[in-house]
Amino acid sequence: MSMLELRGVSKVYGQGATEVHALRGVDLSVDPGAMVAVMGPSGSGKSTLLTIAGSLEGPTSGEVLIGGAKLSAMSRNARARLRRRTVGYVFQDFNLLPGLTAAENVALPLELDGVSARKARATGLQALENLGLGERASRFPDQLSGGERQRVAIARAVVGERHLMLADEPSGALDSANAEAVMRLLHDACKNGGVAAVVVTHDAQLASWADRVVFLRDGHVVDQTSPLPGPESLLARGQNQ
Amino acid sequence: MSIRHALLALLSEGPKYGLQLREEFEARTGEVWPLNVGQVYTTLQRLERDGLVESGDAEPTGPQKGFQITEAGERELAEWLRTPPDLSSPPRDELVMKVLVAVRLPGTDVHEVIQVHRRYLVELMQQWTRIKEDEGDFDLGLALGVDAELFRLDAVIRWLDAADGRLKRAVAEPPRRAPASLPRLRRRIGVRP
Repeated sequence: MSMLELRGVSKVYGQGATEVHALRGVDLSVDPGAMVAVMGPSGSGKSTLLTIAGSLEGPTSGEVLIGGAKLSAMSRNARARLRRRTVGYVFQDFNLLPGLTAAENVALPLELDGVSARKARATGLQALENLGLGERASRFPDQLSGGERQRVAIARAVVGERHLMLADEPSGALDSANAEAVMRLLHDACKNGGVAAVVVTHDAQLASWADRVVFLRDGHVVDQTSPLPGPESLLARGQNQ
Repeated sequence: MSIRHALLALLSEGPKYGLQLREEFEARTGEVWPLNVGQVYTTLQRLERDGLVESGDAEPTGPQKGFQITEAGERELAEWLRTPPDLSSPPRDELVMKVLVAVRLPGTDVHEVIQVHRRYLVELMQQWTRIKEDEGDFDLGLALGVDAELFRLDAVIRWLDAADGRLKRAVAEPPRRAPASLPRLRRRIGVRP
């Protein structure tokens, strides 16, 4: 079963002369453990797709399913609970709370969900240690580098039982070494943690970490990459030259 | 890549024989650039003819002919390292030509043509990234070679993205009349006026 499924999703903003079709009949399916990148120019609908996939806003038409459950059939409270428990978000500008330490930032979604502070802190610390940030747990965001802040944000996105990660230009504010490290972590979260991820980016180097790349243009999915052949095909190509 | 200078570089570490040079070349480039043994021996013969290497007693000793770098070879290698490759003339890039033709060919959707190439390039990048992910941590030469391929392919995709955007804008705002100085530049990069 897909972790995330969009069926014929359209989104229209405004009415009449100011009507803007941000998404037009988008179908997308992401299995557990898979990482899908969405590429497209500015205004192609990438960010709208992400906010609808994360139930931060609803589609004008079509259906979104998370873990097989239709969002349209859920109450507002049930959707909010799903967002808290199942979906993790990673943003370009990290969105960490400045007054909380790294460990507190990571533990916050668990505490908001009713987990005891002690257990949430322990789970958050474990998530930070998994990402090599155990020693930075008591630092505040402004005491961390950009790469470290984004790793904290990734820890927050996958802490607990989150199975769907939605990332909007997650390495847009980082240099190439840190950007690669962040993409490696997102990829590991999928491969080793069974997380399904949708990563929106305009950067082909980052998109190339994904199992599948979907191309969006004017709100339509216009194309996607094929399943990957083995690396031998590249080496064989070099031998033929 | 210049095999001639790669072999000089390997020989600057000490005498080696032909098969050993081939194995070390492939290992250092992460097997990204496979080399056949015929290329190695042909290149070694030319290097010997030019006085840049000499054959003789090699370590380890064995039945095969060993080679060592000469002083002239070391000077040649040092000069080559510091000589920038000629990148001043734009190459006649096949992909650029295809997009330029698609722009002018009636009934052709240039954006669709661009997308076909964009997808292919991203698929290539995915394959290179998988190689880096699997083995890049253990092999510096491989990681550097794969990075070079990724940056090269990325640059082509960026050009396709820019071309896509420029063509879209050109529909809304047709380009202005060109100044008189442009024809020579056009000829240089192979664009028909």
